[in-house]
Amino acid sequence: MINKIASSIAQSLSGIRDGSTVLIGGFGTAGIPNELIEGLIDQGARDLTIVNNNAGNGDTGLAALLKAGRVRKIICSFPRQTDSHVFDELYRSGRIELELVPQGNLAERLRAAGAGIGAFFTPTGFGTDLARQADGSLKETRRIQGKDYVLEYPIHGDVALIKAEAGDRWGNLTYRKAARNFGPVMAMAARRTIATVHEVVELGQMDPETVVTPGIFVSSIVRIDRVATEAGGFKKTA
Amino acid sequence: MSHYNKRSKQELAQRVARDIFDGAYVNLGIGQPTLVANYLPEGIEVVLHSENGILGMGPAPAAGDEDYDLINAGKQPVTLLPGGAFFHHADSFAMMRGGHIDISVLGAFQVSGTGDLANWSTGEPGAIPAVGGAMDLAVGAKQTWVMMDLLTKQGESKVVRQCSYPLTGIACVKRIYTDLATLACTPQGLELIDMVHGLEHGELERLVGLPVRV
Repeated sequence: MINKIASSIAQSLSGIRDGSTVLIGGFGTAGIPNELIEGLIDQGARDLTIVNNNAGNGDTGLAALLKAGRVRKIICSFPRQTDSHVFDELYRSGRIELELVPQGNLAERLRAAGAGIGAFFTPTGFGTDLARQADGSLKETRRIQGKDYVLEYPIHGDVALIKAEAGDRWGNLTYRKAARNFGPVMAMAARRTIATVHEVVELGQMDPETVVTPGIFVSSIVRIDRVATEAGGFKKTA
Repeated sequence: MSHYNKRSKQELAQRVARDIFDGAYVNLGIGQPTLVANYLPEGIEVVLHSENGILGMGPAPAAGDEDYDLINAGKQPVTLLPGGAFFHHADSFAMMRGGHIDISVLGAFQVSGTGDLANWSTGEPGAIPAVGGAMDLAVGAKQTWVMMDLLTKQGESKVVRQCSYPLTGIACVKRIYTDLATLACTPQGLELIDMVHGLEHGELERLVGLPVRV
């Protein structure tokens, strides 16, 4: 029998090792699996490489993981936000490594990892500073039918932490509105994918036409109470 | 010296909106470009795309109706229009990179006469770099339009022979909508589309510092 339902956050996260690459879903605050990130802080793994679109908002969730000194490197597209002070301080004091990736390349590198693609040529970033490796050398490029491309490699995760809406014991998932964002590609890209859901349904209850992430990409699901997603990442006008 | 009035931010948004056609799929960048949504011509249907997985994005919700699972690229709450759809990030950026988005409207620090774009970093030492979807938006859409003031606060042209700020994309901008003139970028340099009433061609070329073909 297949039963991917974990009884608790702690159980779902057991065994995550130091040095892991952890893919964390979300864009701004939408789709950020805060409960799993808090669980990861308790779980204790350190020296992590985190992949997320941003680099944390405010002082909770991803920002708290960074603040706890557990992250060696972050791979993201948009670390600088009005409320990214935790990351800003770590970065300015040289205590965290940053790999800045254009957002579409980030999504496609994750998708490529999940799809078994060895590398791919993308037009995004050609001729820019982001077409360089960390050591400053140029990434491989190629002109294909008159257009210039950069070679980009997949990003594989050891673990993916994502926030979904509903799931069943086979791990099938649906999402809510724009909180879907990186969830489906990250679920594919990691060896082990853990999703929180607000609702666990019986097998067969989910309309198969509405399943967004099929259970084959999911290792565990854990039910959490629904908490309204908070605002973050922009300056609120009074 | 010629006498002319600059386009206000609203007039500039109106000028951009005038060129958006019925049935267009459009991505409006963060900041000034979002104003364009307020001036889309009556009677046409335009589908707005948001990089975080929305087509058919509508205006901000009424106070109290905010849902932070439904936000735009600037992380601000929005609504979904009837016919709208959600999708994941790889699909969202396939819409750009794959040439499915008709028009991408972006802000800029600098644009070259041949359409090179610099809009993601001023390259200041110590600044925290952040690129988001800027590079994907610049090279992916069928047409990339820039919307900006022609001159910096110091009076220097933001339309330049060669960008001094870090590049976002090469030869990717098709049109530049500014407070003084609308310009087309071509492999041969700038072409004039229109300019504000009273501005003379010679004066525009002097301000830009580059030839502008009529």
